[in-house]
Amino acid sequence: MNVKEFAERLDLKVLVEGDTEREITGCYIGDLLSWVMGRAPEDSAWLTVMGNINSIAVATLADVSCIVLVENAALDENARAKAEMHEVNILLSKENSYHLAVKLHELLS
Amino acid sequence: MSNAIHLHYEVSGEDFTRAGEASGLVKKTLKKLGYNSDAIRRVAIAMYEAEINMVIHAEGGYCDVDIYPDRVEILLADKGPGIPDVEKAMQEGYSTAPDNVRTLGFGAGMGLPNIKKYTDDMRIETTLGVGTNVYLTVVVNA
Repeated sequence: MNVKEFAERLDLKVLVEGDTEREITGCYIGDLLSWVMGRAPEDSAWLTVMGNINSIAVATLADVSCIVLVENAALDENARAKAEMHEVNILLSKENSYHLAVKLHELLS
Repeated sequence: MSNAIHLHYEVSGEDFTRAGEASGLVKKTLKKLGYNSDAIRRVAIAMYEAEINMVIHAEGGYCDVDIYPDRVEILLADKGPGIPDVEKAMQEGYSTAPDNVRTLGFGAGMGLPNIKKYTDDMRIETTLGVGTNVYLTVVVNA
């Protein structure tokens, strides 16, 4: 499943559109950036409430497919600009990480 | 070795906006050169953590990256306050970062431990009031 299908099927708002054809192969949840950077698998959907500029760097370095800001967490303006520059997909969900991850799991299996 | 590729970056100490630029560029370069994704990831993570450290603690500095066929060597140098207790700083969870850094998702005391975890060799030279040099080597497995 790619990022575009993921957004459509779970009714996620696309805040920044990068390469939405990118495949999602898993999911990682975390808000502590050093932790996430070291552990989030490549090509996963990263669920977080951290919408600041460092999140974009972490997403790029860990090479995740997309960032999903859960529970309508805010995206900073400078983070949005950086995400657009680096073509990082950012989605927005009103659900919490747990509920969204369960639904993502169903779609992936 | 004569076939090393040398890269040099200044790390701005002003804010977090530019942290990650050097590691991002090194990542791109290694990708272009065809290095394996595990090595690229380890280099990028270690460098980014070190960059963040320089922004938080030392008002910036510079990094030198030497890319060899079998390894990547990185020097991160700053003129910050130095690290009073390196052994303590290497412990997971130990942090002297200010609170405002924590709200940004850093300052959890994971920086140096992460760097150690993702590199094959790590050496810290630090002098109080003078600065810190961190030498890193990531071995590239074919």
